[in-house]
Amino acid sequence: MNNLEKRKLISNIALSLSVMAALIGIFWLVFIIIEVLIKGLSSIDLSLFLKDPAPPGIKGGGLRSAFVGQLLMSLVATIIGVPIGILGGTFISEYGRNLRISRIISDVSDIMMSFPSIVVGTFVYAIIVKPMGHFSGIAGSIALAIIMIPIVLRTTEQTLKLIPWELREAAFALGAPYYRVIIDVVYRSASAGLLTGVILSIARVAGETAPLLFTSFNNPFFTLNMNQPMPSLTVTIYQYAMGPYSDWHKLAWAASFVITITILLVSLFSKWMIRRFKA
Amino acid sequence: MSENVLISVEHLNFYYGNNQVLKDINLNIYKNKITALIGPSGCGKTTFLRCFNRMHDLYKNNRYEGKIIYQGENILTTKRIIELRGKIGMVFQKPTPFPMSIFDNVAYGLKLKGVKNKEEIRERVEKALKQAALWDEVKDKLFESGLSLSGGQQQRLVIARVLAVEPDIILFDEPTSALDPIATAKIEELVSELKNITTILIVTHNMQQAARISDFTAFLFKGELIEFSETEKLFTSPEKELTERYITGRFG
Repeated sequence: MNNLEKRKLISNIALSLSVMAALIGIFWLVFIIIEVLIKGLSSIDLSLFLKDPAPPGIKGGGLRSAFVGQLLMSLVATIIGVPIGILGGTFISEYGRNLRISRIISDVSDIMMSFPSIVVGTFVYAIIVKPMGHFSGIAGSIALAIIMIPIVLRTTEQTLKLIPWELREAAFALGAPYYRVIIDVVYRSASAGLLTGVILSIARVAGETAPLLFTSFNNPFFTLNMNQPMPSLTVTIYQYAMGPYSDWHKLAWAASFVITITILLVSLFSKWMIRRFKA
Repeated sequence: MSENVLISVEHLNFYYGNNQVLKDINLNIYKNKITALIGPSGCGKTTFLRCFNRMHDLYKNNRYEGKIIYQGENILTTKRIIELRGKIGMVFQKPTPFPMSIFDNVAYGLKLKGVKNKEEIRERVEKALKQAALWDEVKDKLFESGLSLSGGQQQRLVIARVLAVEPDIILFDEPTSALDPIATAKIEELVSELKNITTILIVTHNMQQAARISDFTAFLFKGELIEFSETEKLFTSPEKELTERYITGRFG
């Protein structure tokens, strides 16, 4: 075997190995999505969104309460988490860019992003649920917000650092105070990137179950009271899938379908935003 | 001549950390004249220019010594830095249009100064765009993004933005180095005309450009002001040997 043949052989082995690895990865993804599509589509109908859960054994019923709870908790989490994340990221890459504390915050955020989310759930359980004495929607929102903050903070920091300093200098040179430079020039230039970070963080928490199990728990009834235990799609899927009734399983598939499609669309939307931002 | 002095620099030293970049610079900037700063790369000409609007304040470990006197006040120690920057405009090497419409770009400085009257803003934007020789090209698309313009147009947009606040002096930091020859010629022509309405201090690495457009030229070398005189004199009969060697292209 001469040198060229040897190199070709090694190249082919490497190629087949990497193709196999890619196929194994993609196979499970496609498998899961197809499974969710088939089982979910067959169980989905309008009453899923319009009716509240029926007692076990009784036909019909939907997951209106869980949809509303999920939306409400995600919304409140966004309202809490996004401003903190954006302001924190702004501090790190603007006002505090030369401070050591900024590096520390940035590194801690990286660690927090890879935290198991159940740890966040137990943390919020200890500091909020326990003192309050009961599970609540607001505790769920806070747990989700804690997961969002480092994501928004890091994407904000990275996006703002991409904005050339010359642009800031041009605004300073016109006599703009720093906060005007940030609002009028930096945020505006970075708007697509900032929005992408926010959307990604929402997509991330939309699929979280563990932090909600210990905080908002679940509630079989429709509620808008954030001080009450609150139903969510993810916890409902978790409980229904474990339950003994076939109606519950169907609802769990339907809910999985809706959540998967939503996250998929949100991710695609943010990818599109990133591309537009780079162009 | 002294009543025509707009700004006078006295014993200016500047340090990046412990590294002294400007050494005891003394010179006058004359009203309605174009003063060019020339010298080889790293001689401190941009550093010098950025002292006039205290751009160095944005970064840490920078230190000034000496005085830059403007309207009886030392620029280097004034507390009214935002007001100061409203009177001393700056145009950078690369065009820096803000991500907003052409109109809003030019109006930005006015809004910062608290001009609220819509009619006044509109008039001053139009006037500035005309002064910057950009009006005819953009009058039909004032509300399109400033980023949609070509490089040369963007640079003239930035000049219009500075002109709109009617500064006493405009600092140009190699404004044509990122532009093609035609756009460069337009900017040069524009700068030459602007001295009728304001004063200009321009950094250039292009000696022909300095010779073509400036009234006074300062030659800097390794942080020292080697020679400062009327442009014609500096380029035809320089006093210092170093200046002569530089302008005849023997180094730099």
